[in-house]
Parts: sequence; C-alpha cells; structure tokens
Amino acid sequence: MEFYIQLLISGLVLGSIYALVALGFAIIFKSTSVVNFAQGELLMFGAYFCFAMVVQYKVPWFWAFLLTLVFSLSLALIVERLILRPMIGEPVISIIMVTIGLSSVLRSIITAIWGTQIEIYEPPLFPDTTVMVAGIPISQVYLWSFGLAATLLALFGVFFKYSKAGVAMRATAFSNQVALSMGIPVKNIFALAWCIASVVSAIGGILIGSINGINIGLGHFGLKVFPAVILGGLDSIVGAALGGLIVGVLENLSDGALKSAFGLQGTKEVAPFVFLVIILMIKPYGLFGKKEIERV
Amino acid sequence: MSVAHCGDFRQTYREDMKVLETRFIRVSVGAFVVLLYLFPLAAGNYLTSTVTTIAIAVIGALGINIVTGFTGQISLGHGAFMGVGAFACSYYMRVAHLPFWVAMPAAGITTAAVGMVFGLPSARLKGLYLAIATLAAQFILQYLFVHMDFVTGGSNGIVSPPPEIGSFAFDGDRSKYYLTVTIAVMAVLFTTNLIRSRDGRAFIAVRDHYLSAEIMGVPLFKYRLLSFAISAFYAGIAGSLWGVYTGYLSAEQFTIAESINYLAMIIIGGLGSVLGSIFGAIFMTLLPQILTVGTGALAGIFPKIGFLIMSFKEGIFGLIVILFLIFEPDGLAHRWRLIKSYWKLFPFSY
Repeated sequence: MEFYIQLLISGLVLGSIYALVALGFAIIFKSTSVVNFAQGELLMFGAYFCFAMVVQYKVPWFWAFLLTLVFSLSLALIVERLILRPMIGEPVISIIMVTIGLSSVLRSIITAIWGTQIEIYEPPLFPDTTVMVAGIPISQVYLWSFGLAATLLALFGVFFKYSKAGVAMRATAFSNQVALSMGIPVKNIFALAWCIASVVSAIGGILIGSINGINIGLGHFGLKVFPAVILGGLDSIVGAALGGLIVGVLENLSDGALKSAFGLQGTKEVAPFVFLVIILMIKPYGLFGKKEIERV
Repeated sequence: MSVAHCGDFRQTYREDMKVLETRFIRVSVGAFVVLLYLFPLAAGNYLTSTVTTIAIAVIGALGINIVTGFTGQISLGHGAFMGVGAFACSYYMRVAHLPFWVAMPAAGITTAAVGMVFGLPSARLKGLYLAIATLAAQFILQYLFVHMDFVTGGSNGIVSPPPEIGSFAFDGDRSKYYLTVTIAVMAVLFTTNLIRSRDGRAFIAVRDHYLSAEIMGVPLFKYRLLSFAISAFYAGIAGSLWGVYTGYLSAEQFTIAESINYLAMIIIGGLGSVLGSIFGAIFMTLLPQILTVGTGALAGIFPKIGFLIMSFKEGIFGLIVILFLIFEPDGLAHRWRLIKSYWKLFPFSY
C-alpha cells in the first residue's frame, strides 16, 4: 500500500509540473490558436539556463532564478516576433510545422551549448532531507515543487479572472477581431501569451530539473503535455491544470501497477499517450473544452 | 502540339484533365524515366544507393502528402507507420515465408489498418486532433517496436532477408535500385491519377472547406479515413523497401525525428503537389549528405566546428523548415512553376 501512496505522491508532484506546462500551452492555444510543439524546449531552455547560472557561473539561487525568468521572457519575445508573427493568418498546418521546426532549432542550440550529459543543480534549490507527513516520508523537493506549482496556478487563475490584462487575454481568446475592435492590442496580447507560457515552462523546468536532473530528454515534457490538455479540453485553463494532475498520477500509478503485475518496463513513457487515444475516442473535447457543434 | 498555348483553349474535358499536356513534356518525362533506368549502369554504388534512398523517400513523401497536403490533416506518425510496414514485411517473409511480392502489399495493408485505428478518433474532428492522435501513435508504436520481441527483435533489431521474386534475389545495390525505382515510379503515377479521380477531388474539397464539402455531399468521415489509410499504405510500402534497402531493422530507425523529416519534405517541396513530394524527398535526402561532406571539409580547418555543425544538424532542418514556411510557403514546386513560366515567356516577361 505504501508503495502506491508513494507513487500517488510523486504522481501528484509530477502532475503539478505537467499542469504548469499545460497551463502555458493552453494560454498560447487559447489566445493565439497556435498549437505549440516547442513548449518542452522552452522548458528545457529555462532549466539549462538556470543550470548555467547556478553551476557554471555560481550565481546565488535567488538571482539565478530571476535571471532565468528574464531570459525566458526575452526568448519568448524573440520567438514570437521573429517566427510566430509572420505566420499570423497562415493555415494550421503551417503554424504547427513552424513550432516543430522551432523545437528542433532550440534543441540543437541547447545541445551545442551544453552537450547531452545529465546535469544536476549544485547546490540544490531545496534541501534534500525528507520530512514526515502523516507518517509517510516525503522529500522536501516534492513539497516545495507541489506548493510552488499550486501557488502559480492559483495566481494565474486570479490574474485571468480579475486583472485588466487577463480580461483582455480572455477577450482575445474569444475572438481576435472583436478584441481588436474594442481597442485591445491583439499583437501585444499574443506576445504576452508567449511570455507567460515561456516563464511558467521555465519554472516547471527548474522544478523538474531539481527532482530528476537536467538532460536533453526534458523536451519530452512538452509532448507529454498533450494528454493533459486534451483531457482538460484544449482551450480550458482549469482543465489544463486538472488534466496535468490526473495524467501525472495516472502515469505513475499505471507504471507501478504494470511493473509489479506484468513486469512491463518503461510504460511510463507511453501510458499518457494510450490514455490520450482513449480520451480522443470517448470524449474528444475533454472535461472542460468548448464543444464545437457544427451541423450541416 | 508541342507547345502550350498562351491562353486557355481546351475544348473537351479530356483535354483539360491531361497530365502531360504537350509533346515536349511527354518526351522529356519519357526521357527522364529512361535515364532513371540507365542511371545505375553509369553511376557508382554510392550514387546508386543514394538514388535508392531518394526513391524510398519519394514514396513516403507522396503518402504523407496525400493526407496532409491534399486532405489537410497533419500526420506526425509517419515514421512509426514506416516502421510498421518494415517490420511487418520482414515478419511475413521470415516467419510466414510469403514471397516478397505478396509480403510487401500485405505489409502495406497491415500499416493501413494500424493507421486507421489511430485515424479513427480524429476523423470525426479537425486536423489538429489528428496531429495529436498520430503523435500518440508514434510513441505507442515506438514502444511496441522495442517490446514486441517476437516480431521486431526488441532492442537488438532484426536482420531482414533480401527479398526474392521467383529465384531472383534482390541483394545487390543495382537490383535494389531497380526494385525501388520501379515502385516509386508506380507510386507517382498512381498518386497523379488518384488526385484527378473522384476520390482525389473529394480529398481536396475536404481540405479546402470541410463544411462546404459536407454540404456538397462529400462524406467527411469516409474521405478523411480513406486518405489516411492510403497514406499509411504508402508509408508501409516505403517501410518495406527501407527494410530491403538496409537489410537491418531496429526501433531507432523509426523515431519521431523520421516523422518530422517527412513532414519537412512535403513542406519544403510543396504541400498538395506530386512534383513537390519528389522535390522535397530529393532535397531532404541530399541535404544531410551535403552537410556531412561540408563538415568534413571544414573539420580539417576548424576541428571544433565539425562537432558544432553535427549537433546542429537537426536544428538546420528545423531552420530550413521555418524559413520555407515564412518566405516560400508553397515550397519548391511553386518556385519550379515560376521558373517555368519565366522561361516560357523569355525574353518578354509579360
């Protein structure tokens, strides 16, 4: 039993990070209708940049964290301005393909700078001692990551609900043209969406990097976010958060269960995708997604 | 009639549907095919096998162009579908002892069936969902390639026997070349005719405006699934030929990078164009070779730069795709049309 509780806890932590990345994905999709396949690379770039600051240049954690946020902001602005802006109005296929191209460019830049070895944050961001919660030992990294991710998700919830920029973003998501005619600078909103997505991904990257180490495989995170967002409904921010949690837990539990029952290795990598196909078959618009009803 | 008229003077439907309009085009295409068959007699082994890989890529690119370029649904799983074809073909030949000319179409049909399973949920939905479903297919199939040891040899891979038709074994570079090129020519012919047919026009209607297509009586579900099945069939054939060409199959040959490679081919070549698939396949097959030669030459002068470019290889593909999408979204096929019309009117460009 304890084995499964441990799995559940690490699943929740992983899921909260998925939720963060899924949030970024959903924000971009909602306001710019771009399906961003480079989300994982944004995450990885953030994690590596923070690694360079902390380990290679010995910057204290606080400043390194801030610098990483500034860096991912500028990365998002550059990417949005140079690559996504000229694509406005192009067909969906071209836009998807451009983000795929972007992801391989970013990945190569990372490989060229930092190589492919697995790296760890030294000194670690959080102390690596465990604390007892209700009789179960939990590593502090997990608690911090979960707490930070949950705080950020709540913060963005409030942002979208009450702040002026948040309302403008929701208006843009509803309809670009209407938003434009109401005096909302849609292009700036697009840039803002990319910035938020990049920053939350970078934070997710730092968190996952301090749990599992940083390597080139982190980019897969961006692809594993798809099951989460599809489950939540592609354009729902609450859905993305909830979907992330569910997929994280499900991934860990199925991995543990299949390993102990059938001795199947490595199901962790595919379980979310099997789940994804099942969702697409039975509930294609997810839990909270807007159903598009078209009748002919 | 050896030159095309300046205006549109076609009087019959038959005339309008002609693939090769003028005598000049007929002669030059014929000459090209003849040259293609004479090519290995003059060229060395290296060139012959390069053209063989191009021909395999042409078949795969045509397949993905049918679903993405003509029907407007992105597939991110063509690398894995090629893998299904390759493993299925080698399994049928090794275990079921089917002759190659049965095993290859059977592998194509197997791939089409597998493809349809993943295409099923998305055929009800928009193109975006097919992209995500096929992404899932890519990872699930890749997992199966590694774990279904009895078919795929697991992580060790598997040695695929050279195919035989009758008592003739395709084991040399030259015989593999003829086999592949013949099938590639057939694939080009079939695709060109498919697009002119009722089904092909239905595909294009679904791509251009699916609601209008449905109103006109084109069943969306049927045609989305059909185009996906045909496309997967092509991938299966290309995969079988890939197995024949390398003689060794392993899961690492069919990763998502391969899928993206094929998508890149049709974007660079031109979406929704048979000629574009061919151009794209040539471009994307030759580019790594040119890069390798280029790096080799540079490595002598700057030893560090070789490593940098090697690690940037995938990034260069990505960069080229981005640049094409921004500056030449219709691909090389469009450029080719421009060049043709330039010379047609030369020296009076109006």
